[in-house]
Amino acid sequence: MEGFMYPNEVELQWSILIVLYPYLTGLVAGAFILASLERVFRVEEVKPTYRLALLTALAFLIVAPLPLQLHLGHPERSLEMYLTPHRSSAMAMFGFVYLWYLMAVLVVEIWLDYRRDIVRLAESSRGVKGLLYRALTLGSHNISPAALRIDDRVGWIITLIGIPSAFLLHGYVGFIFGSVKANPWWSTPLMPVVFLFSAMVSGIALVLLMYMLTCAMRRVAIDMRCLDTIAKYLFYTFVIDFALEMLDLIHRIYESDESFRSLDFMVHTRLFYSQILIQIILGTLAPLAILSFTQVINFSVAARRRIYAIAGVLTLVGIFAMRWNVVIGGQLFSKSFLGYTTYKVAFVTREGLLSAVALMILPFAILYVLIKILPPWQEEHRVVAEVHGDD
Amino acid sequence: MILNRRQILLLLPAAAVAWDSVLAGNPEGSPNYKMSEHWWGMLIDITKCIGCGNCVRACAMENDVPEGYFRTWVERYHVSDWHIENPEVDSPKGGMDGFPPAKAEGGKNFFVPKMCNHCVDSPCSQVCPVGATFRTPDGVVLVDYDYCLGCRYCIQACPYGCRFFHPKKHTADKCTLCYHRITKGLTTACCEACPTGARQLADLKNPSDPIHAFLKTHAVQVLKPHLATGSKLFYNSLDGSVR
Amino acid sequence: MGEFKDIAHLIRLAGVFLLGLILFLVFRSVTIPKSFGRYGPFRGAALVELSSRPLAFAGHEACENCHPDVAALKAKGVHKSINCESCHGPLAKHADDPGTVKPVLPDVAQLCIRCHSENIAKPAGFPQVNAKEHSGGQACNTCHQPHSPGFDAGGKK
Repeated sequence: MEGFMYPNEVELQWSILIVLYPYLTGLVAGAFILASLERVFRVEEVKPTYRLALLTALAFLIVAPLPLQLHLGHPERSLEMYLTPHRSSAMAMFGFVYLWYLMAVLVVEIWLDYRRDIVRLAESSRGVKGLLYRALTLGSHNISPAALRIDDRVGWIITLIGIPSAFLLHGYVGFIFGSVKANPWWSTPLMPVVFLFSAMVSGIALVLLMYMLTCAMRRVAIDMRCLDTIAKYLFYTFVIDFALEMLDLIHRIYESDESFRSLDFMVHTRLFYSQILIQIILGTLAPLAILSFTQVINFSVAARRRIYAIAGVLTLVGIFAMRWNVVIGGQLFSKSFLGYTTYKVAFVTREGLLSAVALMILPFAILYVLIKILPPWQEEHRVVAEVHGDD
Repeated sequence: MILNRRQILLLLPAAAVAWDSVLAGNPEGSPNYKMSEHWWGMLIDITKCIGCGNCVRACAMENDVPEGYFRTWVERYHVSDWHIENPEVDSPKGGMDGFPPAKAEGGKNFFVPKMCNHCVDSPCSQVCPVGATFRTPDGVVLVDYDYCLGCRYCIQACPYGCRFFHPKKHTADKCTLCYHRITKGLTTACCEACPTGARQLADLKNPSDPIHAFLKTHAVQVLKPHLATGSKLFYNSLDGSVR
Repeated sequence: MGEFKDIAHLIRLAGVFLLGLILFLVFRSVTIPKSFGRYGPFRGAALVELSSRPLAFAGHEACENCHPDVAALKAKGVHKSINCESCHGPLAKHADDPGTVKPVLPDVAQLCIRCHSENIAKPAGFPQVNAKEHSGGQACNTCHQPHSPGFDAGGKK
């Protein structure tokens, strides 16, 4: 501890798991919005990633509550949030936003899009798998063109509702921080917007990388038209995200209120590596720069792939650093503005680094299972047909 | 069970009293205490605090406060000349063992006891997702240890740093204004132990409470008024340097 | 526009959701604590629990009931507004069972100096001393009667 802190402030309350939580929900929101680009805004080019994006969103959404459960002092009481939600609490209301998004948007949309395949697989599979598919059909094997047209229409409406729902899902997380007037690092109306755009950036980057990875694993050619479009949207979203973060920064520096000196010192000392080096330079300026090059210079396919991959990885690291800087940064300085503390990440405890790493790997394991149950891709020849713009 | 008229005549007044006590808010643990008759606050007189730490120790003993955590604490301020935005502050072990002797060093020096402000519009109870921390009808902000999830949102939301995470109960914890004492007509442990009267429990709804006369004749402040928490912790002679 | 059979699967889906909602509402009505909401958006029984803690400090009135002589002595001197347990520590157990639970007298060397050691932050006019210079290391109660320490009030030993 350095300087003066209120005695109860020295110990941090929200750990790396609470950094992970907005990161995971952000990836969900971002992946979904990319998927909705195709469905609602008819951006045909990204269609090869549509199902993959949805499954990715689902895998991460399933894991999202787990860091919270590990963090709670009494996880066995967590149902209380649904039984007696305190209406003035953003956290309580978020429980319902999460539930709405999971059940009414994501699960329904995936079910509607996959129904034809589910019915076919229900009829052709045996054993446990067959049982699973038959359960998923909810007993209806109607995949007539009329039924599928209705499915498509309803799915379109769900996606339409899903876009503001995805905004709400992650904007709410931003509000949970942004509405805390006691903490000047968090308290700003920009917080939900910054969170949302950084979520979109990270989600798009994730889908971009997942697409490249799964194409490599399936030994299938990458649809460059798709990849270029995703990278383009990544770039545009990043520009907006960067502008918002710059606005926050410039505003703080200019107004220079009571908290500024303390926060400024914190950024230059405690958060130097995570904010200045990793979030800003490596995680924002570098990917923005190399992506901007691809927008104006004509690189070869191989070069573009490499640049996109690097940009994607840097983005994911940078957005994680952003979550870290918000959550941990907000607890490193004293509310008296007279002192600082440090965060020592534990390793094997319930809220330690090991748990965080495990929780980062788990969504990929779940995604693997989801891809096996609900294959995003048709057989080889249909993939080739898609690349040529059919379907 | 069929009641005859006599039984009903006997039961009705009892039922009326019981209903009255429910309406008045009578926590059954303290039979003579009606929540609606009280509105609790506290007065802290900076001109009287000697930094002895009696209050910190008494609170810890009365409420089994775990070591290293503080339901109340005392800060020592040193303000040099006009630099009221840069005070030097220290609070060794929260003032639990008093303060080491210190000779004159110029500037202005004083002690500031701190505790939960029992805010009327408390940001902590606003953010609690399940209603485990709340403001009672008599103005005390409390934590329900059997209901708290331990999410720690309230600890983040308190601008005064008076909450902590209890290492054994795994819930949030903070000053209860010795609710178990004030509902029995006693004063809080910290006020009982304070040798100089720097801390005084105040019942703002009681017309004969000395706080009313005091508020009329002294300039009092609350901490962080710009956050509009409705703090009921009134300080006499609080310097502008106090954070 | 579609025939009923073409939206049957959607009706089933809605049915699943409805079933889930009903199950949740039933579960909720069974598990919500009975006293929740009685006095506000919280568990009313918590007030009973929180107001039923055992006392550690008895409060000065309890002391003065059994020790009126000390109370009278104290009332004459400068320590008159200091409560007994400020120095003697929490004594509710003793007040409940005076015969069995005997209070431990405070260690004078630590006790007096906590209030009276000189510190620049103490209010001007508050009696402060440098212990070594003042008494050369002798215990405070060598010269001062703790209950009425001022010499004018007859407190000198």
